[in-house]
Amino acid sequence: MNTLTISPSPHVHSGDSVKKNMYWVIIALLPALAASFFYFGIGAIIVTLTAVLSCVIFEFLISKYILKTEPTIGDGSAALTGLLLAFNLPTYLPIWIIIIGSLVAIGIAKMSFGGLGNNPFNPALVGRVFLLISFPVQMTMWPTPILSRFHYFGLTPEIIDATTGATPLAIMKEGVSSGIAHAELMHRLPSLTELFMGIKGGSAGESAAAALLLGVAILLYKRVITWHIPVSVVGSIIVFTGLLHLYDVESYAGPAFHLLTGGVMLGAFFMATDYVTSPMAPKGMIIFGVGVGVITILIRVFGSFPEGISFAILIMNGFTPLIDKYIRPKRFGEVNKPIKA
Amino acid sequence: MNIVLITILSLAFLGVLAGLILYFVAQKFKVFEDPRIDQVEAELPAANCGGCGFPGCRAFAEAMVKADDISELNCPVGGAETMKAAAAILGKTPSAAPNTVAVLKCNGTCENRPRITKYDGATSCTIASSLFGGETGCSYGCVGLGECVDACKFGAMYMDKETGLPVIIEDKCISCGACVKACPKNIIELRKQGPKNRRIYVACANKDKGAPAKKACATACIACCKCMNECSFGAIIVDKNLAAIDPVKCKMCRKCAPVCPTNAILEMNFPPKKIKVEETLTQETKEGDQK
Amino acid sequence: MLKTFSLGGIHPAENKLSAGKKIVILPIPEQVSVPLAQHIGAPAEALVNKGDVVKVGQLIAASAGFVSSNIHSPVSGKVLKIDDVVDASGYKHRAIIIKTEGDEWDESIDRSPELIQHINTVPHQIVEKLKEAGIVGLGGAAFPSHVKLSLPPGKICDILVINGVECEPYLTSDHQLMMEKSEEIVVGIRILMKALKVEKAVIGIENNKLDAIEKMTALLAEHPEIRVQALKVQYPQGGEKQLIDACIGRQIPSGKLPIEVGAVVQNVGTAFAVYEAVQKNKPLFERVVTVTGKSVKNPSNFLARIGTPMSFLIDAAGGLPTDTSKIIGGGPMMGKALQSAEVPITKGSSGILIMPEELANRKPMQNCIRCAKCVSVCPMGLSPYLLMLATSKTIWDRAEEEKIMDCIECGSCNFTCPSSRPLLDYIRLGKGKVGQIMRSRTK
Repeated sequence: MNTLTISPSPHVHSGDSVKKNMYWVIIALLPALAASFFYFGIGAIIVTLTAVLSCVIFEFLISKYILKTEPTIGDGSAALTGLLLAFNLPTYLPIWIIIIGSLVAIGIAKMSFGGLGNNPFNPALVGRVFLLISFPVQMTMWPTPILSRFHYFGLTPEIIDATTGATPLAIMKEGVSSGIAHAELMHRLPSLTELFMGIKGGSAGESAAAALLLGVAILLYKRVITWHIPVSVVGSIIVFTGLLHLYDVESYAGPAFHLLTGGVMLGAFFMATDYVTSPMAPKGMIIFGVGVGVITILIRVFGSFPEGISFAILIMNGFTPLIDKYIRPKRFGEVNKPIKA
Repeated sequence: MNIVLITILSLAFLGVLAGLILYFVAQKFKVFEDPRIDQVEAELPAANCGGCGFPGCRAFAEAMVKADDISELNCPVGGAETMKAAAAILGKTPSAAPNTVAVLKCNGTCENRPRITKYDGATSCTIASSLFGGETGCSYGCVGLGECVDACKFGAMYMDKETGLPVIIEDKCISCGACVKACPKNIIELRKQGPKNRRIYVACANKDKGAPAKKACATACIACCKCMNECSFGAIIVDKNLAAIDPVKCKMCRKCAPVCPTNAILEMNFPPKKIKVEETLTQETKEGDQK
Repeated sequence: MLKTFSLGGIHPAENKLSAGKKIVILPIPEQVSVPLAQHIGAPAEALVNKGDVVKVGQLIAASAGFVSSNIHSPVSGKVLKIDDVVDASGYKHRAIIIKTEGDEWDESIDRSPELIQHINTVPHQIVEKLKEAGIVGLGGAAFPSHVKLSLPPGKICDILVINGVECEPYLTSDHQLMMEKSEEIVVGIRILMKALKVEKAVIGIENNKLDAIEKMTALLAEHPEIRVQALKVQYPQGGEKQLIDACIGRQIPSGKLPIEVGAVVQNVGTAFAVYEAVQKNKPLFERVVTVTGKSVKNPSNFLARIGTPMSFLIDAAGGLPTDTSKIIGGGPMMGKALQSAEVPITKGSSGILIMPEELANRKPMQNCIRCAKCVSVCPMGLSPYLLMLATSKTIWDRAEEEKIMDCIECGSCNFTCPSSRPLLDYIRLGKGKVGQIMRSRTK
């Protein structure tokens, strides 16, 4: 007989682990990765590989040589950050910029707070926003799907001219602000089916709503995430844009357009649901989600940027501790039914 | 040019105005505080350890100024000198409490006390001891998870990996009592430092009867009372199967330690005896010396 | 639609290895050690001395206070000594050690097998009887039953809830008891109803015990006042608060007892013991214990005398497997890991679970990733992550504010945590400290 082990109850465990959760999110992102490869070809692969590899390497180096702790790259969280970062970048982005983005994401947004679990802001989004502010030209050069498949190396101005275009949101913003008639604008934009399938300009991962929906279905089925955040983000966007659309059909696009363009799907399903930076209580999650949805639309419709979900999520990340402090889960015995005597 | 001038002037005016307001408000709401509190506080070590029983040095200084009789108050960190200096400011008599140092009343090293079970839970002595008696057969001794070391704010403790017991570095220990409070087994004692730092104490807390105690740990006090009978000063009392040496009555004659059949009595910082001393004992004393 | 409790809950692998195994009457061991503290409350005071000769069922230790319980000799023989032995708490406590000689029962005990249906005892006599017979809750907590049945003044009980849930994985003792002693249990329930003067009773049974549900339902056809409630399989449904919520939809307010919502909960095992005590005049000195584990040769249900060393039961189940790394007294969720197999069976021992090496150790702890799974599984709607944080940082007022005292220590949070954090270890510690602080405040 071995030495008996004494430990406090419970003596069984669900077998769930950080690793499993992270890898399921990565698996759920694979359909979108495949879609981005289909639309953007070689660029998508290079951007993804660079971001994932550099995130993992940075985490390894920082934890080993600066924090002097056991590197935890095996749990997949660094790879996931890299993947999410890549999904937020245009596929023509030069490698060195991606590496800078990864360094910011892992080094500043994650490891400087103490690594996994301690970061107040979503690392991938911090990396993305940093790049957007630092390299506005490169970061808004959106390759056109399918046309850009075989271009990444040796880009000449001619190729770039021929294979880049504005995102639907940018077209919309531009159009509305220069007073182009609504019908005319609609004509210039891709159809909803095209948007749903991802035939539009945009970053690597946010293209195909269909692939992202498949991914979120996997996550919900495997209970990696709960429905609260995705549903509240999407729901609040539908309600808010729906109201605006009803108020003035000419100047405000409908909910379907807003949902299918930009990073709403990616953000609502994969970035806002990030465990570390979202609230813990179900009610808090809904408040968080509604906040993300409303701020996104405010930025899109009234702000100067065409897309706002990254900013919205980061802003709400900042509110997470506050939400956690005031919104508690529903406690047992709080709603007391009267005794039927 | 004009704009620059207006800016500087208006800002300067605002600054002066704000300064005046602050001055009058400060005058208006001035709270009288005994200046001696500051003086006493300056004498204190500013460790804010709470060893005196007050929340920080300032509170202790206030208490000292307030109290008529300060003999009950003692700053264990600063010791007699600090208390003397502080008392001089106040013109009061300082406490006569001797300097103390923390000692571990357990010598259940891995060798002396074989492990019979394995603990697998949160690294906390309190949690482990709420669950069971400990990994060894002795449910009174050190749990060995280092909660006392975590509690020590002065770096005066470390866990010896070989013995599995905490070691107190006497030079750094200021006897604040944080470890005493942290220990769920209550086996750390603040003991009189003793002349030339010499101390004799029973390094055991086992209240079991002799046979089970001895079975659990080779150096357990088995309450055989030999030391009590040997002591000519009545300093040793055996109560609840455990011997204890009264540091006040003890004259450091060193007669008790050799008669202990289990070497449960430790002599600290004594020169080695000329008569042959059992090996384990010298080893322990050396370890104490090494710090 | 099956009912269950409203918040949280988990579904651990059931592993009911000994399900359907007939209850085997265990031979009497050569020596028993009967701990004096087997129940919640003050330890009993020994009435016998070294060398005394005792009979089975003889009172050997008397209740020492209101919340305390009598203890009766489980064997006949001679008192060897009264000594400290290591019990399930992991510490040494007083126990009466008896050397067995024969099996001579006290004459007043009715040992005939026939069922006595008619209850001719009046309510206050029932409570007195249970107190005499040393009946405690047999679900695990071992709370003296007579205390539970003595309602505080001004409180009205209108329903008796019987716990046949057995939500702990592995354990099958209650299930088997319901299958084999169902008629006695029904009489026991009627006795309890009479003692409480209630008109209604409900037996909660989880849906993984369909045979027991059928059997009890069939038996209760002639007793319409007692109803069987089939429940969805969900842990910790056997917790009093969860069971009442699941069966009758009433939630007990924070810090209050079940009587606050007019309910009293008793275990099926207790109902059986009540039957034996009242109808057969037999005190509580034996109980059904499940011996189980993945590496155990014959997982079984035994009827064992209190004080039998666990090793004796394990031997009867095929011996201690060589790869044993953990012996648990009770189920895997709330049971206690034991220091040795020599720990005696007490009134609260519902099972012995043997864990092989690969299942015995915890995984290394990682950072909290704030996944909120502990929050979502907590049946009390607490935030375990926050309670652990408050405890480890010794912020007791925050822990109290976050209702740390509401925790029922079910272990769902530990079970589900992907980072394998010892949430419950810390919460238990915090509960202890906060409880102390709260008590010192009221003084």
